[in-house]
Amino acid sequence: MALSSLQKWFFRGICSASSKPLHVCVVGGGPAGFYTAEKMLKAHKEVQLDIIDRLPTPFGLVRSGVAPDHPETKIVVNQFSRLAENERFSFFGNVSLGTSVSLSELCDIYHVVVLAYGAESDRILGIPGEDLNGIHSAREFVWWYNGHPDCKCVAPELKTTDTAVVLGQGNVALDIARILLQDPAELERTDIAEHALASLRESSIRKVYLVGRRGPVQAACTAKELREILSLKHVQVHIQEADLVKSPLDEEELKRSRIQRRVYDLLSKIASSQPSDHVSCERDLHFVFFRRPASFLPCNDANKVCRVRLEKTFLKENGATGRQSAVGSGEFEELECGLVFKSIGYKSLPVDGLPFNDQKGIVPNDRGRVLSNAGKEPSNFVPGLYVVGWLKRGPTGIIATNLYCAEETVGSITEDLQQGALHPHISLDKPGRDGLLHILQDKNIRFVSFKDWEKINTKEINDGKLKSKPREKITSWEELQEIATQ
Amino acid sequence: MELKRMMEKGLLSSFSRSLHMLSKNIQGSLNLHLQPLGIFGRREYLSKAYFDGDKGWTSSGSIQGAALKSGKAELQTTGQRFSMLMESLKRRHFSTTGNGADDQKNEKEKISVTFVDKDGNEKEIKVPIGMSMLEAAHENDIDLEGACEGSLACSTCHVIVMDVDHYNKLEDPTDEENDMLDLAFGLTETSRLGCQVIAKPELDGIRLALPAATRNFAVDGYVPKPH
Repeated sequence: MALSSLQKWFFRGICSASSKPLHVCVVGGGPAGFYTAEKMLKAHKEVQLDIIDRLPTPFGLVRSGVAPDHPETKIVVNQFSRLAENERFSFFGNVSLGTSVSLSELCDIYHVVVLAYGAESDRILGIPGEDLNGIHSAREFVWWYNGHPDCKCVAPELKTTDTAVVLGQGNVALDIARILLQDPAELERTDIAEHALASLRESSIRKVYLVGRRGPVQAACTAKELREILSLKHVQVHIQEADLVKSPLDEEELKRSRIQRRVYDLLSKIASSQPSDHVSCERDLHFVFFRRPASFLPCNDANKVCRVRLEKTFLKENGATGRQSAVGSGEFEELECGLVFKSIGYKSLPVDGLPFNDQKGIVPNDRGRVLSNAGKEPSNFVPGLYVVGWLKRGPTGIIATNLYCAEETVGSITEDLQQGALHPHISLDKPGRDGLLHILQDKNIRFVSFKDWEKINTKEINDGKLKSKPREKITSWEELQEIATQ
Repeated sequence: MELKRMMEKGLLSSFSRSLHMLSKNIQGSLNLHLQPLGIFGRREYLSKAYFDGDKGWTSSGSIQGAALKSGKAELQTTGQRFSMLMESLKRRHFSTTGNGADDQKNEKEKISVTFVDKDGNEKEIKVPIGMSMLEAAHENDIDLEGACEGSLACSTCHVIVMDVDHYNKLEDPTDEENDMLDLAFGLTETSRLGCQVIAKPELDGIRLALPAATRNFAVDGYVPKPH
C-alpha cells in the first residue's frame, strides 16, 4: 500500500475512534478472495468480512485446478484456513451470486463488495466443427480429474482413440498432456478423483500433440513444468530442430525475458537429445509449433471428431511492441485424433448489473475500482464496488500473482476510505453478515460455514487414508451438502 | 525419534517449557521426519507433536495444516532443522557443562540478519545457524509470505540480498530454485528464495530486502508472466 506510516497511524486513529464496523463481502473463495480477505482484515481492525462462494468447498482453483501430482502447490490452503480463526471473518459456501443473492442486494447490505469470482468459462476458437463430440475445453477436463462437482458427468472418452491433440502450450496444456501420458500407477497416491483414475487406467491414449500457433520462443509454459514432463518415464518427447530456428526479433524477445530464455533452452535440449536414450517408450509427446487450428472434421461418425485441420503460420511483428503474432500462410495439413482439448484460455462470466468488457472478458476497472462506463471517459467509479484476481486482470498468472493483485485492490479500498471517496455510502449503517443471514433464511438456503467445510475436509482425508491418498475427493453436490449439514 | 524417546522417558516437561519459551512467537509444528520420501515425493509427516498450553506435549496422527489456536505454541521445522533445534535444546537441558559456557556457545551460533521492508523500515534479528530466512522471518513477525511453506513450489518468499559479497557466499541456486525465481516479482541479480537461504557464520550481517512488488505490478505496461 502507498500510505506513509504517519498516514497509516492517523487513519487507524480515526477508525478506532468510531467503533462502527465496516462490512465487507468478497465474492469468491479462491486465492484472490482469500488474499484480499487476509489483507483487508489485517489493514483495518474495524472490518467484518465475509467470503461467499457458490461451491460448498472453498479455495477455488487451488482445489479444482492445480494438478493432483502438484501437492506442494496446494499447501497455501493452510494459510487461507488460518483466516477461519479470525472472529471478524466468516465463510458462506453454497451461496451463489445471482441465484442465492443478487449484486444489488449485496451492495445494499455491505459497505464494500469485492468481486473475486474468477473465470468459469472458456475462450472459444469459433471455427467449424467445434461442437463435435470428443472436443473438450481444458477447464472441463481439469475439473473432471480434480473431482469438481460440476464436471462429474462430462467424462471424456479415453478408450476410443490412441491420439489426443491439445491446443495451447501453457502450463494447463502441459498438465493435461502429463495426466494423459503418465503411468496411472503414479497417480494412485494423489488426490485425483477416483472416477478419473479408473478411466485413465483403461485409457488407450498413447500419443499427445501439444499444438501452438507460434514458436518455441513464445511458448507459454514455464521451466518447472517442462522439466517435469521431460522426466516422465516411458514417454518420448519430440521437437523438430527446424522449429528452433530464431529470427532477430526472437533473439530480442529472449534477451528481455529470463523465463522464455530458460524455456527455450530446455526445448532445445529436447530436440538435440538422442531418441534412443529411452529403453522402452510406449508413449509419445510431440511439441508442434507454428500451427493454428482451422477446423475440426468428423469421419464415419458424423458427430465425432477424427481430424484437426491445421494452418501453418509464420510470425509477424505486432506494431512496435516487439510482440510477434501468428499469421496464416495458406498452407494446411491434418492431424488424425479422436480427442481434442482446447487449452487456449479461461473466460469470466458477466453478471446482471455489473459492467463487463466482453472482448477482454474482464470487469473494467482502475487498479481494482470498478468503472461504470466500460472504461471509457468520463470514467465513473461505482462506489464501494471492487474487483480482484482473474476477473480484474484476465485469466493469467500463478497463485502468487493474486497476492500482489489483492495488495493493489486493498490499497485502492484503503485510499478510498481515507480520502472520503466512499462518503456518504460508508457512514450508513449496514447489516453486513446479519443482512446476508436474513436473505439466506428467507430463501431457505442452507449455507456451508467453514466448520461445515471442515467436516467435508475430514471425511475426504479419512477416506483417503484407506487408499494411501492425501484425500479422496467427494465429487457430487448431494454428498457434499449432506456431509456439510450433518 | 529423539522426541518420542524423550517423551517416553518423561524428560519432556522441562524441555517443553523451554520449547514454549523459544516458540512463544513461533507458529508451526514439530514434524518427525521418519521417511525421506513419502506420498508427496518430498516429505511425509507421519507424526506430529505439538505443544498445547493446557496439555503440554502431545502427538497426533498426520493431519495436514493443523490450525493454530491461542494457547498452543507450535514450532514449524523440517527434519534437518528439527535436529538443529534438538541440538541447541539438548545443550540447554542435558549438557554436563555449566550454563554460562552454554549460553556463550549458543550466542555464537546465531548470526545477525537485517530485513528491510519495501517502505525502507529495517528490523535486525538474530538467526540460529541452520535456520532458513523464511523461518527466521516468521519467528520475528516479519511480513515475508511463504505460500508453499518452503517446498520450492512458489516464489512468495523472494528476498533481495543487498550486499553482493554476501550474495556470492551463498551456494548457487538449484534448477528447482531458479525455476521458482523465474516467476518472482521484482526479480534482481541478487534475488534468492528466503526458504533456501540457510544461516551460516559467513552470512553474519546479511541484509535482505523485501521486494517492492506493487511497484512492479501492472504499471507501465508490465504484463504478469503467463502461468
